[in-house]
Amino acid sequence: MTRTTTIAAAVLSAAVALTLAACSSGSTGAPATSAAPAATETAAALEGSITVFAAASLKSTFTELADEFEAANPGVTVELNFAGSSDLVTQITEGAPADVFASADEKNMAKLTDGGLIEADAPVDFATNVLTIAVPPGNPAGIAAFSDLAKPEVKTVICAAQVPCGSATVTVEEATGVTLTPVSEESSVTDVLGKVTSGEADAGLVYVTDVIAAGDAVEGIEFPESGEAVNTYPIAPVTASANAEIAQAFIDFVTGSTGQGVLSAAGFGKP
Amino acid sequence: MTGRSEPGPARGFEYGAGSEPGSGPAIGPMPGASPGPVFEIEAEVRARGFAVSLAVQPGETVAVLGPNGAGKSTLLTLIAGLLRPDAGHARLGERVLFDVGAQHRSRWLPPHARGVSMLAQDALLFPHLSALDNVAFGPRSQGSSRASANARAAEWLERVGAEDLASRKPAQLSGGQAQRIAVARALASEPDLLLLDEPMAALDVSVAPALRRMLREVLADRTAIIVTHDVLDAFTLADRVLVLEAGRVVEAGPTREVLDRPRTPFAAGLAALNLLVGVRDGDAVLTDGGHRIRVSGLAAPPTESALDLGAPPENPAPASAPPSVPGARVGVSVRPSRVSVELPDGSPASGSTPGSVTALHPHSHPAATSDPTRNVLRATITDLEPRGDLVRVRSAEIAADVEPGLVADLDLAPGREVVFSFPADAALAYPL
Amino acid sequence: MSSRSSDTYAGVPGWVVTLAIIGAGFVLLPLIAMATRVNWGEFIPLVTSESSVAALWLSLRTSLTATALCVLLGVPMAVVLARTEFWGQKILRSLVLLPLVLPPVVGGIALLYTFGRRGLLGQSFEALGITIAFSTTAVVLAQTFVALPFLVLSLEGALRTVGTRYEAVGATLGARPTTVLRRITLPLVLPALISGAVLSFARALGEFGATLTFAGSLQGVTRTLPLEIYLQRETDPDAAVALSLVLVVVAVIVVAIAHQAGEADGFRLRRTAP
Repeated sequence: MTRTTTIAAAVLSAAVALTLAACSSGSTGAPATSAAPAATETAAALEGSITVFAAASLKSTFTELADEFEAANPGVTVELNFAGSSDLVTQITEGAPADVFASADEKNMAKLTDGGLIEADAPVDFATNVLTIAVPPGNPAGIAAFSDLAKPEVKTVICAAQVPCGSATVTVEEATGVTLTPVSEESSVTDVLGKVTSGEADAGLVYVTDVIAAGDAVEGIEFPESGEAVNTYPIAPVTASANAEIAQAFIDFVTGSTGQGVLSAAGFGKP
Repeated sequence: MTGRSEPGPARGFEYGAGSEPGSGPAIGPMPGASPGPVFEIEAEVRARGFAVSLAVQPGETVAVLGPNGAGKSTLLTLIAGLLRPDAGHARLGERVLFDVGAQHRSRWLPPHARGVSMLAQDALLFPHLSALDNVAFGPRSQGSSRASANARAAEWLERVGAEDLASRKPAQLSGGQAQRIAVARALASEPDLLLLDEPMAALDVSVAPALRRMLREVLADRTAIIVTHDVLDAFTLADRVLVLEAGRVVEAGPTREVLDRPRTPFAAGLAALNLLVGVRDGDAVLTDGGHRIRVSGLAAPPTESALDLGAPPENPAPASAPPSVPGARVGVSVRPSRVSVELPDGSPASGSTPGSVTALHPHSHPAATSDPTRNVLRATITDLEPRGDLVRVRSAEIAADVEPGLVADLDLAPGREVVFSFPADAALAYPL
Repeated sequence: MSSRSSDTYAGVPGWVVTLAIIGAGFVLLPLIAMATRVNWGEFIPLVTSESSVAALWLSLRTSLTATALCVLLGVPMAVVLARTEFWGQKILRSLVLLPLVLPPVVGGIALLYTFGRRGLLGQSFEALGITIAFSTTAVVLAQTFVALPFLVLSLEGALRTVGTRYEAVGATLGARPTTVLRRITLPLVLPALISGAVLSFARALGEFGATLTFAGSLQGVTRTLPLEIYLQRETDPDAAVALSLVLVVVAVIVVAIAHQAGEADGFRLRRTAP
């Protein structure tokens, strides 16, 4: 994968991140303008390679950010590994070579700081995400509010309490006093979305970013109670990293203006 | 033809050494056995070049003989309903087994509704059932209660002398025992027609005679068709034989007539006879090979005793008497055991089977060629084949059975020219 | 089986033995590694927790039902494939065996479009008031879908090996086709039927992908043992490992039974060979 995208092109693409995310690497025809304005964000003359372990929900944004980071630092290669946050924790614990860990929740990050694999004060929050109601196009069950999900005739699918989106769901339920009777408690957001896009379920509780990423396949219905469970995404360098400098530079890039622009376009909130 | 012709002890036929005598006390029909209906079939299977028609009278047993691939098994599978013909019809009494290929709608009776049961070369006892349950399978399948089916099965096991094997599983039975039980199983379903497909072929030579004897008992007055390679089966079990070659019937008739007076090389080979074919020429037959064969019966006006020795008594003479018209096709059969071999220069080489033949033609006998009563054929040996305690010396036209010692003495080998000879009274002539 | 006794010539090259040992190690080591990670002190509480027991019980129930369905549908399929000839039979056989090689998730998607709410048949079912999605029925359907080929494959092979000669004899003895099937064909292939059914059960028990895609995941309704393990791994790796071990033990028992039945099969065929 050749990454010749210029920073200028990247800044442009940040505004239309979703539509370009899939083909950002293909925009080789973009004018090769000076990288000077963006280069100030990162340290100069970095050389080497890092591996970033990021939560699955960050796949499109981090793919794009890695491309841009490489473009800004020609000597740097970024390897990405996406999976569920808890899978990543297991992998890092088992000794997988990670330099940066971006978690979808603070709980999984805490597992690594508790385990001494990441410095306790290292994690920085870089994004937030809130739940939203995903319904099949046309909203056949006529869902308008969070409480509608508790109606017996509505087939609601949520995440199991063991996974981050599920624990957020539990928090909202507790805050609103609405008890859901889901037809299924899936182990991932993808599975919840799958049930909604196929029309098997009338509604599913997923993150705002998931609904945006799903495009026309689902409709999102925001609800005010979602503020009760704001999911915060922390990022941190892994202590054992051999390229701590590049790892820190990448984290700075994500928390910097370019990173925040891309994340915001994908639906993430600011921490 | 409901009366089986029992070969009397005096006419016991000759056969290879160690074979079971075909004669024996006449065994009456099994109690309860009924002659059953007439069976007729006419069927064609084009892919196999098979076109045969056959009728079996009630109580008659027909042996079907023929080389491998002649269509013998095809015939049985057609009758059993395991193969569909391209055209033809078959009927068992009033029951139409199939009627296919005509203008009207085809009729096809499935195997289970035909009243035809089959006994194969392998016993094919159901391995998961005891001997008794195997035999009771037919009655049970036809709707009998378990008790009455078992009773009938026990009765049949007793008839085949296997009552003490009732509780055994097939894996615990010898080949002969299994085949006995298979016979009981086939008969317990009370078929109107019994098909036997080389029932003795897979058995040890030591147990085959006992089974043959048993089959002879159960087949008496039972309508049956038996496919066999063994001429002994045909003689012992069948009233009539049918010879198939390449899907066609080439010979048919009462067993003795066909096997004593073969019309085809296959039938002659089966009956272990030399067959010479030619035209009548006075008291002799001029063979296609150019030899003039004197035949005793042709010298004088034909008599029943001279000409019809092997024919069943109920077959009238005209069918087998040699034609009086010169030029008509005539077959001459000669037993190889009555043919002598000697070297052309005159050194004696008598065919010498133990018994009368040897006495008549001892080694010391003067050159056979000088004996005017003997027929002489000069020929090249094509093949030597040990058969029991004799060696069959073959040429293109004729074969002789001689003692191994003679083969050594005369240094007989393929390619050697020798003189075959036999007396006129060893030849049997009959119209083709 | 005299060829197994040590005094007969084996003629296996040493390098083959070496590779075989590596292969066996490749299969066995991960299982051993997993067993070493089991928190034995907590094992009993972990596998007897409410959610674990619910998942195990659901798995056993659905797998048994799926096995019964496999037998009900698979035996006729195997008989038709082995005993009849018709146009397109070879293609049909390949297609029927497709779930063997198909990723289970693909199977789940295919089932979704068949029995789902908006599926080919699901719409008609919905009209009749029958909902399959998110029900235990969906789990059974997913399991049957992936397990059926095991039974068909093993039974069809056995039927071809046994041949039709016994059946022909049965028919000429006056037995109708149903009687022949019941009293001859099925008893003859019984060992293969048992081992096929056991394999189907094992496959159903391990079913994950199609269930996840098609049936969902709800405790006591659709969350079978593999789904429970997958979920437990998120928060409680100890429980996941403990449950994995339970699944391994069940699988080992099942394989042993299938092997026994297979041995019996071979024995029978050897003994009845003409």
